[in-house]
Amino acid sequence: MFDTQAATPFTLNGHPVEVAAPAEWRLSRVLRDELGLAGTKVGCDAGDCGACTVLVDGETACACLMALGQVAGRAVTTIEGLPAASPITRDLQQSFLRHGAAQCGICTPGMLVAATALLGRNASPSEEAVQDALGGVLCRCTGYRKIIAAVMDVGSPVAAVARPLAGKAVGARIDRLDGQRKVDGTDVFGADSHPHDALLLRAIRTPFHHGRFKLGDLKAYLRDNPGIVRIFTAADVPGENCFGVIGPFADQPVFAVDETRFRGEAVAAVVGEAKAIEALDLKKFPVSWEELPAHLTLGAALADKASLVHEARTDNILVRGRVVRGDIDAALAQSDAVVEGVFETGFVEHAYIEPEAGIAHRVGDRMEVQACTQAPYMDRDDVAKILGIPLDAVRIIPTAVGGGFGSKLDLSVQPFIAVAAWHLKQPVRMVYSRAESISTTTKRHPGRMQVRVGATKDGQLTGMDFSGDFNTGAYASFGPTVANRVPVHASGPYFMPAYRALTRAVHTHVVPAGAFRGFGVPQAGIAQEQLYDMLAEKLGIDKLQFRTQNALRPDQPTVTGQVLGAGTGIRACFESLEPHWQRALKEAAAANAQAPADSPLRRGVGIAGMWYGCGNTSLANPSTIRLGLKADGRLALHQGAVDIGQGSNTVITQLCADAVGAQIDSIDLISADTDLTPDCGKTSASRQTFITGKAAQLAGEALRRQILRLANAGADAALSFRPGKVVVQDGGIAHQIELSSLPRDARGYVLAAEETFDAPTTSLDADGQGAPYAVYGFGAHMVELTVDVELGLVKLLKITAAHDVGRAVNPTLIEGQIEGGIAQGIGLALLEEFHPGRGENLHDYLIPTIGDVPVVESILIEDASPVGPFGAKGIGEQALIPTAPAILNAIAHATGARLHRIPATPDRILAAIKEAAHEG
Amino acid sequence: MFLQPATLNAAIDLLAQHGGKLLAGGTDIFPALGQTALASPMIDISRLPELCAITTGADTIRLGAGATWSEIVAAPLPAGFDALKAAAREIGSIQIQNRGTIGGNLCNASPAADSVPPLLTLDARVELVSPRGMREMPLSAFIRGNRQTALAADEIVTAVLVPRENGDFISHFSKLGARRYLVISIAMIAVALKRAADGAIAQARIAIGSCSAVALRLPELEAALVGCRSVTDIATRVTIARLGGLSPIDDVRASAGYRRDAALILVRRAVQDCFEKRTATVGR
Repeated sequence: MFDTQAATPFTLNGHPVEVAAPAEWRLSRVLRDELGLAGTKVGCDAGDCGACTVLVDGETACACLMALGQVAGRAVTTIEGLPAASPITRDLQQSFLRHGAAQCGICTPGMLVAATALLGRNASPSEEAVQDALGGVLCRCTGYRKIIAAVMDVGSPVAAVARPLAGKAVGARIDRLDGQRKVDGTDVFGADSHPHDALLLRAIRTPFHHGRFKLGDLKAYLRDNPGIVRIFTAADVPGENCFGVIGPFADQPVFAVDETRFRGEAVAAVVGEAKAIEALDLKKFPVSWEELPAHLTLGAALADKASLVHEARTDNILVRGRVVRGDIDAALAQSDAVVEGVFETGFVEHAYIEPEAGIAHRVGDRMEVQACTQAPYMDRDDVAKILGIPLDAVRIIPTAVGGGFGSKLDLSVQPFIAVAAWHLKQPVRMVYSRAESISTTTKRHPGRMQVRVGATKDGQLTGMDFSGDFNTGAYASFGPTVANRVPVHASGPYFMPAYRALTRAVHTHVVPAGAFRGFGVPQAGIAQEQLYDMLAEKLGIDKLQFRTQNALRPDQPTVTGQVLGAGTGIRACFESLEPHWQRALKEAAAANAQAPADSPLRRGVGIAGMWYGCGNTSLANPSTIRLGLKADGRLALHQGAVDIGQGSNTVITQLCADAVGAQIDSIDLISADTDLTPDCGKTSASRQTFITGKAAQLAGEALRRQILRLANAGADAALSFRPGKVVVQDGGIAHQIELSSLPRDARGYVLAAEETFDAPTTSLDADGQGAPYAVYGFGAHMVELTVDVELGLVKLLKITAAHDVGRAVNPTLIEGQIEGGIAQGIGLALLEEFHPGRGENLHDYLIPTIGDVPVVESILIEDASPVGPFGAKGIGEQALIPTAPAILNAIAHATGARLHRIPATPDRILAAIKEAAHEG
Repeated sequence: MFLQPATLNAAIDLLAQHGGKLLAGGTDIFPALGQTALASPMIDISRLPELCAITTGADTIRLGAGATWSEIVAAPLPAGFDALKAAAREIGSIQIQNRGTIGGNLCNASPAADSVPPLLTLDARVELVSPRGMREMPLSAFIRGNRQTALAADEIVTAVLVPRENGDFISHFSKLGARRYLVISIAMIAVALKRAADGAIAQARIAIGSCSAVALRLPELEAALVGCRSVTDIATRVTIARLGGLSPIDDVRASAGYRRDAALILVRRAVQDCFEKRTATVGR
């Protein structure tokens, strides 16, 4: 036995080290905090996500499950050392870049380490071998398919891909511009960087869904725990103890006062040096809890005389949504066929692999917050309100974001660390545990939808009567957005002569539901698209034919009365699936016919359509882009859209480059920072490519005009940005603009342009009529699967996804969005449901692994939007919406069983099969 | 406090002296710890040479308690261990299999521990050492309930012992989970069969996990299967009545009713697959 309190010696990335940290500390923590190797990520501290995968003596291990003392005398290799040690890793990094296999980048180091270990023992692995080797690393962005392709493609000869010529960036499959640091593991996420004097904050959170509390003797607790620098409670919030993403509905306290409304709500925080705070048993914090009766479900909150979650919100209803067109009752009464159903969806967690984290610094009378966020300007506004300081006294610097999907629009760590750093005048950081992330940040709204749809005997839709309740939890978050988006979208992308859609966002005592990829539209799609299948079946019409026949035409009004005109690409999406549909139906029928009589396996095919409005619903959401030309001949693009992995850094640069007529390599990107970039709004609502991209196009064109004017050149002149000069080639004449001779503005630019774009929309009237969006994205997914009818198990075989993206600015990134959206749709349909108070981890809350996403074939339709930049539309949310209903329709096709409650877990599927057999 | 004894005897002394938690692969201890600080000493037994070896003796195959799942998968073991190896490949992920140990899995005593059904069909015994000496007991006696074992506070599991003749069985494992990797079982089945010269089942051992607080052998079914000559025979003899003492619970993974239904199907298929030496697994 040796004295393990002494330094632990081991070999780290080929070099001997001795680390004088407690030997029982997790290796992951030692690597990150003591050795500064933050490429090893921490997603769960439980071996559930694999983000911390390292090599120990050449074998993969989760660094979160090893004590420092256990690596004594061993060789540990991390993403920082692996490329130098292994040519395989270097090839993998390039392959990941080329294939778009890294999106947000938080899982990328773990994937690369695991893939290096695999390729070290098997140079050309099968797909199954890749899945087996990478099965222990979760990814929430990519849908895994491009990761598999990247690993299998290593070692194959690669033709050098030239950067696109000036003016040819839009449409090119260029590598993600911020990709190198993601595959190097050097991108800096919320928890990755902090100065040594930063204090650590941890929150005290209620264990009850609903309760009262009294704080005890805080002074005595401080005295007994000298490591605590200060305790914070509601009394310490200098400004308003209230925040929320939609100003008029803001209702969430930083620290609860007297009453707590969901399990995990914070009542206080302790701040001190990390070692001291980590050593605390927070269960001993002086607070007495009193549990109160709680509404956990829609039914409980809507019951007669239910107690109110918020006194001012009558009947526990936060907001109602309404879209009405024509006489729905008459339309359904006159229909040849009517189907109806009640559909319920579960509470879904975003489960990004990066738990929320950040650090706040007070700089004089200003507050600087570096944290993972999707909405820096909204964060700025709320932090200023909470601190009671002017907006321009707050600077938000988004870190790299390890997945967002809507939940990082809302504040998480920011209010706590900002309040603490404001008082202490010392940097304060906070890193959510996985349990904290799951239990306290927003979720997808559980929905309960009752829907009737009618059609004529020849299959023309006549009307839809939709009513939906959405459990919005304890605080408003984006509940109003869900209540308003759903009625606008619940018809799906079809012409619906008569329509009534009524929604309610209902308060309960669960963690707030907020934005999650689609704002309620995926839930509505699960009802609408299953009912269309039921209607087509009833009428004896082919399900794809039924959809194609009813697909909204450019000259037909939507349910809000808007005629979309050019760019209504839904029909093209359905038509593109036609050959796939015929093949798949034939194959499924043949497989079922050929199967032995006692085979439990049944093949099925399902289809679903989708539409989704890009940008805010009838509300202003402008983006502003600044573009400057520096005297050295380089362009500076101030691009404030946060890239959460979806690729806005790359796509917006591509759009801007072509608008200027510059090569993409001439552009230096200045990414989101509220001091440096104008407001590009939030990364949500599939708006960044469309709205910020359009602002980038306008700014690029404006700067181009200035350059052309200086050279007195025509509109078609070619520009070339060279050191210190711009060469303008106009026909046979080349003008040289010497940039050093031009005056510079306050920012040091010799030329600059700043342009703002907002989508042209109108407000909705009392019946929800108007033009809520300037652009809709359209799509349709087809799912092929097998159901084991004895066990209720689904095996997905293939998903074919057609999307009208207007213009595919970067097809690789779009495919990445589609595959990632599909993976989340698979989770929504088959796996995922959060139960507050249970399963606050990633082994009970199951998201798809690399073995759960089938082959995806993407079909990109380019029906250009007249409004979008170069015709482009959004894709982020569109990609997820049709997956779940297409899966459910395929299950019904295979088995005859309709799933009315999702996720369709094996037990629910088996129960539905038994019920269908009983009815049949 | 982190203690790293160099020998088994030193580990036993330290445990007697300080109490505390034994750390092997860490795949259960660290997740349970979460953000809370370590309250008791940690004794690292992951590198004790006495615990690591997998050896074949005259009568007994001895799996050191510190053997990792990857080591077990790689070890040259007879066909009776195929089910255990298949279970090992389903435990968490490769990262977990590289660290997690057989002894740790048994001491954690989860009803969903994938290794337990195969070890039950192997009639495995557990070897324990304390300052009072060494003792042995059947695995079925060692695991007493959900997260409960016969392990005394001062005791260390040192090995899992399997009678050598049990290596002669044909064995099969199948696991039902809601996703492909990193998944806690809804149910899992281990089957070990011996065929007579005429092909009929001469001896059957079947165990099922995740459907009761402790994984169970199914003796009634085992007896009923003797003499089966075909998969059709097997299908008729696997009945719900012969699944005996299952007491599945509702949890986040599945309902109790579903587990009961699925158990019957899974057992039937697993026995049939083993009989045909098919390797297909369900739940993928």
